[in-house]
Amino acid sequence: MTDAPAPRPRAARGPRNIDAYVVLTVGGLVMIFPFVWQLIMSLSTQAEVTGVPPSLLPASPQWGNFAAVFDLLPFVDQFLVSVGVTALRVIVQMILCAMAGYAFARMQFRGRGILFALLLSILMVPNQIYLIPQYSIIQGMGLLNTVLGIAMPGLFSAFGTFLLRQHFVALPAELEEAARLDGANPWQIFWRVMLPLSGPALASVAILTTIASWNDLLWPLVVSTYEDRMPLAVGLATLQGQHMTNYPVMMAASLLAMAPILILFLVLQRRVVEGLAHSGMKG
Amino acid sequence: MSSEPTRRIRREDGWAWLFIGPLMLGVVVFYFWPILRTLYNSFTEFGAFGGTRWTGLENYADLLTDAHVPRALLNTLIYTVIVLLGIPLSVYLAALLNRPGLRLAWFYRVMFFLPIVAMPAAIAMVWRMIYNSDFGLLNYALSLVGVDGPYWISSPGWALAAVSVVGLWSSLGFSIIILSGGLRAIPPELYEAASLDGAGPMRQFFSLTVPLLTPSIFFLTIITAINGFQLFDLLYALLGPNNPAMAQTQSLVYLFYEQAFAQNDKGYASAIAMLILLVIGVITLVQFRFQRRWVSYD
Repeated sequence: MTDAPAPRPRAARGPRNIDAYVVLTVGGLVMIFPFVWQLIMSLSTQAEVTGVPPSLLPASPQWGNFAAVFDLLPFVDQFLVSVGVTALRVIVQMILCAMAGYAFARMQFRGRGILFALLLSILMVPNQIYLIPQYSIIQGMGLLNTVLGIAMPGLFSAFGTFLLRQHFVALPAELEEAARLDGANPWQIFWRVMLPLSGPALASVAILTTIASWNDLLWPLVVSTYEDRMPLAVGLATLQGQHMTNYPVMMAASLLAMAPILILFLVLQRRVVEGLAHSGMKG
Repeated sequence: MSSEPTRRIRREDGWAWLFIGPLMLGVVVFYFWPILRTLYNSFTEFGAFGGTRWTGLENYADLLTDAHVPRALLNTLIYTVIVLLGIPLSVYLAALLNRPGLRLAWFYRVMFFLPIVAMPAAIAMVWRMIYNSDFGLLNYALSLVGVDGPYWISSPGWALAAVSVVGLWSSLGFSIIILSGGLRAIPPELYEAASLDGAGPMRQFFSLTVPLLTPSIFFLTIITAINGFQLFDLLYALLGPNNPAMAQTQSLVYLFYEQAFAQNDKGYASAIAMLILLVIGVITLVQFRFQRRWVSYD
């Protein structure tokens, strides 16, 4: 695996990297082991999973475990809630954060500095500070156990605004000037000139929001109590202790729940990593 | 619309508010107002049928006498320290992953970064199986070397360690990503110069890579400590709310959740939230104070 196909001029470096290949291969296998083990268990029988010593491979793959997921919990309902919450957050955040980020980056208005500083201060306060009043508001609006209620506080993102502001600040001013001379109003400049140049920045926001929203537990746990109206993360977390019996099916369920994000990561690997590198900038 | 002459500075207050208005409305309702409300709530007691009663500093006095609070604070601290211990490891791994001429780097990155995107509630299920005391892989492996493994996630002495290992596993990739950014900013000429001076790989790592990486490492310790203090998802998903070890293992955020939504004591929970804010603030400040002892911005 680590053998180079053909010696290159710089191959002198090759032998020196042997330590890297060994450590990274061993370390990498440790890192992905839980996923592999999850896959193996999801295809095993209950007897194989609970046997001692554990069987490292199923005698014959039990694909039926994946079908049984739909009897174990209302998977389709919970999946749709997760999709709905995530989609709502991604779409609304992209629009609101892009608009606000653009204004904070390119428009002159009273209170711009202080408003932006206040907005960023949200990022430095732990979420628990907001949680109880947010819950009361959502309860008061009658939105408990609804997709909109679960998505709601996450529709407004200081971090997304910050990321997009950084993007708009870096765009050249000539574009705006040209559009302005053509008689475009600020909205037209934003919508037709600046936004089309924002694909990668918007993608970063969309990816980070998707991952965070799909995996989020505390907030949806608090606002959803009906089994068929909670997102997958809550469904899985509250499953424990109720049906602690069929382990292979639980492994299959958790694998299916993670699958969309894992696939997204594998397909958009570079973009996701870039986005995560940006996410470090917050605070 | 006819074109108008552009001035150097043009105020666009009306347009600007149209752009930021929708976001600011949501932010005021769901973030600014809740901060004030939680502060207010922390001085009140919630009635069983709604409404609050002003109780002054009673909740804060309770914080000082509640034995769960120092326990949760200590647990959170231990968890955070263990996860912070992953940073030296991730410096080493990031340096390996960014070696010039390393083949299959993307392949290794996928392996190391996969845990970051894994849903805690889902991946915790696998870890519960690995930790299972009767048929788990970990205790089986220990039995091969003659060790009788404990009940990892249901005994108070071990549960926190079990959670911390998973926390370390899931945060390692993020640390590597942040450090990789710092590594790529180091000019390669420095390494060439060091090589010419006869510095071997070890020497280069400790005398060049690590010192130049200290700003990234500092930033990472801040973020990791803040995230560590927010421990909830993994703890909840790994142990479950009915776990006998939970009382001894709970984090500050778990205690907050417990008080607010299981005990329905939202006034006291608000005081716990203020405590979390205070602790995170103090720890971040302390880190900033000590940074000049070891961070170099040359």
